[in-house]
Amino acid sequence: MKKLRFLATPYLVWMVVFIVVPLLMVAYFAFTDKNGQFTLENVANAGQYTNIFVRSIWLAIIATIVCLIIAYPLAFMLSRMKKHHQGTMLMIVMLPMWMNFLLRTRAWVTLLGNTGVINTLLGFIGLEPIKMLNTEGAVVLGMVYNYLPYMILPLYSVMVKIDQSVLEAADDLGCNYMTKLFRVIVPLSLPGITSGITMVFVPAISTFIISRMLGGGSNLLIGDLIEMQFLGNAYNPQLGAAISLVLMVIILLIMTIMNQFDPDDQVLM
Amino acid sequence: MMKKLGKIYIALVLMFLYIPIFVLIVFSFNESKSTVFTGFTLEWYAKLFRNDMIISSLINTILIAVAASILSTILGTLAAIGIHTMRKVPKAVVMNITNMPVINPEIVTGVSLMLLFVFFAARMNLEFGFWTLLIAHITFNVPYVILNVMPKLRQMDPNLFEAAQDLGCGPFTAFRKVILPEIMPGVLSGFLMSFTYSLDDFVISYFTCGPTSQTLPITIYSMVRRKVSPEINALSTIIFVVVVVVLIVKNIIENRKYKNTASGKADY
Amino acid sequence: MRIRRYFEAAASLLLTVSILCSCAGGEASDESSESGEGTEEAYEQTLTVEDMEYYTRYKDQGISINVYNWGEYISTGADEGTLNVNAEFTKLTGIQVNYTTYPSNEDLYSKLKNGGASYDVVIPSDYMISKMINEKMIQPIDLDNIPNFKYIMDNFKNPAYDPENLYSVPYTWGTVGIIYNTTQIDVPEEEIDWDILWDETYADQILMFDNPRDAFAIAEIMEGFSLNTEDHDELIIASERLKEQKSVVQAYVMDEIFDKMAAGDAWLAPYYAGDALTILEENEDLAFVVPASGTNLFVDAMCIPVGAKQKEAAEMYINFMCEPDIAFANIDYICYSTPHSAAFEMLDEETQNDPVSYPSDEYLAENTTVFVNLSDEANAQMQTLWTEMKSAQPENSNQWIVPVFLILCVLAMIGILIRRYIKNKKDIF
Repeated sequence: MKKLRFLATPYLVWMVVFIVVPLLMVAYFAFTDKNGQFTLENVANAGQYTNIFVRSIWLAIIATIVCLIIAYPLAFMLSRMKKHHQGTMLMIVMLPMWMNFLLRTRAWVTLLGNTGVINTLLGFIGLEPIKMLNTEGAVVLGMVYNYLPYMILPLYSVMVKIDQSVLEAADDLGCNYMTKLFRVIVPLSLPGITSGITMVFVPAISTFIISRMLGGGSNLLIGDLIEMQFLGNAYNPQLGAAISLVLMVIILLIMTIMNQFDPDDQVLM
Repeated sequence: MMKKLGKIYIALVLMFLYIPIFVLIVFSFNESKSTVFTGFTLEWYAKLFRNDMIISSLINTILIAVAASILSTILGTLAAIGIHTMRKVPKAVVMNITNMPVINPEIVTGVSLMLLFVFFAARMNLEFGFWTLLIAHITFNVPYVILNVMPKLRQMDPNLFEAAQDLGCGPFTAFRKVILPEIMPGVLSGFLMSFTYSLDDFVISYFTCGPTSQTLPITIYSMVRRKVSPEINALSTIIFVVVVVVLIVKNIIENRKYKNTASGKADY
Repeated sequence: MRIRRYFEAAASLLLTVSILCSCAGGEASDESSESGEGTEEAYEQTLTVEDMEYYTRYKDQGISINVYNWGEYISTGADEGTLNVNAEFTKLTGIQVNYTTYPSNEDLYSKLKNGGASYDVVIPSDYMISKMINEKMIQPIDLDNIPNFKYIMDNFKNPAYDPENLYSVPYTWGTVGIIYNTTQIDVPEEEIDWDILWDETYADQILMFDNPRDAFAIAEIMEGFSLNTEDHDELIIASERLKEQKSVVQAYVMDEIFDKMAAGDAWLAPYYAGDALTILEENEDLAFVVPASGTNLFVDAMCIPVGAKQKEAAEMYINFMCEPDIAFANIDYICYSTPHSAAFEMLDEETQNDPVSYPSDEYLAENTTVFVNLSDEANAQMQTLWTEMKSAQPENSNQWIVPVFLILCVLAMIGILIRRYIKNKKDIF
């Protein structure tokens, strides 16, 4: 098969030109000023937005935890259903994912607004309207809603491989629910948990649509900040590149940490 | 008891997932633009189909998705075969770089490609448009194809190819008759995955599209920013209905297949 | 490579999904082609233009132009009996229009400055036009190719932002005021001033501009500063004002104002007079007032960016926009004030005398200020203050935070990898 190695050549060229070079360009922009001179100013200036970084990380963490809490029992129940039902159920759970995510997020605007569906219903039972849209809570809700399937899927795919007999053995050996959960199910599903966490955390920390649509423009996240510097109302690509670099480093760190919990994973790099 | 609780729990999660969609559907038939239901109308559907922007961007989206998924499937399948034959270290390096677009946040991929395209555009008198969008889509699709094909290659017996050649096949025939059938399921799922990702991508397209190549998600974005909401609801409803119909059809076909094979077995 | 694991599970799902997506595409496009015919029937309105020959010289050459305009800023034919201006242009000239929109001057600037995309016609506001002239981002227009320029009123010719009228053809103008919901805000019209947008009684019912220039202008009026101040301290004071407002603001938005105000989701919002009148048509509880303490007067004009691929077709488009019928159709649809004499004549008398749309010259001279382009430093300062304000940044941020954080992250990663490497080695032996 060695003769076929040349088949990778077109892709290798493509990879260098369209994956490696663009990322190097981000780094180049991050460390140069408008005239192409080396500078640390952009990275230093990114420090002005520390609170946005902190908020993004914080909201993404909350959203990830909520996703995990909701998805874990659901994925387990799915994996214990009859094989024939599993496919259908999984389909039903994943179905909303195939709607465009802008439309799905838009739906929450209709629900949460001051005169939205929920507040109208509250009005009928005589309650005061609650401010829900344009809050951090709404942003977290949007993240959970949009990325929940990313958590369910990896969890399910790991749990479905846990043999029922293992669980029965645990029962026979006198495990109660708690020990069964923490000594058997969780360790066996750990790879699913870690990949679920990364798959929710990464899009959640870098989103700019959810915060814009549900956060009312005053709950900026890292993604908004980057978008603003390139195509939005604060043109400064150098700063935008510096912020992108910071975001990339944060995510690489998370990935490295998560890889720790995955026994059979390859070492990154 | 536990079973009942479980059912309630699943029902609650499904409610959470579906209520927003049903709200959209209900309001797509609402006469007034507000959140109070005043009367049934199909006006928004009529308006939606009269909207040139949506129609042209829909055509764009499909063109891009088809072109990008075909090209990235070819590129990715060849690449996977080549990478499969590599030695350990270069292979690890290539695979790690290949994973970058998958791991990286979409916004970083989008921004980095945009910087590259801007660089080229400024020097070679090029323009953002179909080509930039196509390249961007291929770039984020190829890794998915490779990651789908690689496991199939690993499952394959490495001696098959040599055996075929020993039996007088040329390399191309050997590739076509031996390797390709083995990895076909991976190629197919890679293709379908690229196709869906292309259809649905917003963030990367947002950074790499030009005025002549607006895709549907981008048009939707410019619509949700503005005032015309009921049309959006109509669009959501149509997409949802199509999704559901196809799912049901697929289920029926599968069930029939299942029954056929079952009855076939009974005949023996 | 945890991702793979997910793929395995996803693969079977995707199969079905992709099939269904492709069907989604197919089905929708079928329907759309039908509706396409429908649209053509809808445009039966006859259009009179003066010089047919002028418009038909590019017919059947497959030319297309890229027009980049504000959202909701052209007659689209979405409502019954209105004209789809871009479709009319294509029908008349055979030139395809790729029409896209932006939410603010600053977004337009980023997109143009960023490069890559070439546009043939853009419609920035006054101060942005002079900024773009300074930075050589727009090119001179050949007015000989725009005979309809004769319709532009004299007081809109040779404006301050483009003194020799080389670069721009005015499209619309207007003032900024406050839209408010009369069912919720029980204050007589003449008592409404900008400070109502800071009023805690209406906390969370107030919308605010999502672009620095317009937002700062309001704060500057209240502080009695010039709307074109470049003074370092004055800008800081203005941004302090905006920070105070933050706790009562429901959201920072641009075009979303239409929906939110019309639906009663918010009670107060500053906005451009023309759009305000459009919103008023949708909800009769709303009213619009231009505060007596002063406001911004803006002119939006059509320009051709440097690098436009079809300059003459762009000029034709600009000329077309100045056709009396077209100018009137646009004005009628978007409700902004027009600098076009013939279109103004076509308006009904009530609109012509409307003090909101067409205030008297004395009023304009006394109460309004036109933005001029600020220096780069002032613009940069305003931008930083603005982002700071929106993200409620604690003051005196340390410039070492991010570099140190980055180094720590990298160290942590290396540490983890080394630990793992050693562990793997140990496992082997």
